[in-house]
Amino acid sequence: MSEECIRLEFNVDRGNFASAGSASEAVKTQLKLLGINSKDVRRVAVAMYEGEINMVIHADGGTAVVEIYHDRVEIVLADNGPGIADIDLAMKEGYSTAPDEIRSLGFGAGMGLPNMKKNTDEMRVESVVGTGTTIYMTVKLG
Amino acid sequence: MDVLELTALLEAETINLGENGKIKTGYCGDFLSFAMGRAPSDCAWFTVMSNVNVAAVALLAEVSVVVLCENVSPDENLTARCKTEGLNIIKTPLSEYAAAVKLGNAIGI
Repeated sequence: MSEECIRLEFNVDRGNFASAGSASEAVKTQLKLLGINSKDVRRVAVAMYEGEINMVIHADGGTAVVEIYHDRVEIVLADNGPGIADIDLAMKEGYSTAPDEIRSLGFGAGMGLPNMKKNTDEMRVESVVGTGTTIYMTVKLG
Repeated sequence: MDVLELTALLEAETINLGENGKIKTGYCGDFLSFAMGRAPSDCAWFTVMSNVNVAAVALLAEVSVVVLCENVSPDENLTARCKTEGLNIIKTPLSEYAAAVKLGNAIGI
């Protein structure tokens, strides 16, 4: 028998900064309803929001799938964007390829992927240049 | 210290007041990823960033109030989002440093 979970799916629109964060807000609300402690709720929300913003900035949007289990939250963020040529470099705090207009919005500090790593227990990035990026994250609860 | 008390202390203008929550500490910063990762919950977030994403970050980080400094005005989308979400946001002529010092002196941190 498969393990029970609550599954949520979201589409993230390209270039739509106004709606960025709606998926993470929805997940946050759901986790709070489930009585998950606020520290873990914030970790999930921050990791997801950074992922959403990355898809808005760098890719043609993408999808976010969130599965909430009794002991963990699993998040898969997938896009068909340009891909990441050097994942190790992209994971470094302060490294960013965001253009100036994105920086003027307060993004592009090079903290996105590091923040995702910091707020999750497991994180794996699969990326093919010219094809897209998929990020798998797990946050353990409790 | 609560939001109304901070508003008076900073001679600030209220843009939106939801719940008059307590303020335990402060955070200064304009890069949203820094604020999201590091702003403590129940803090006053001092910033000059004024676009709609400020609301998303403030909600995720569960800050008590966004304090727009240097008389920066929120753009329309930010004001609208704050009203929808019941997010506290005020604006002050003070710099981020000056506003944070006033809060720090008032609450002894």
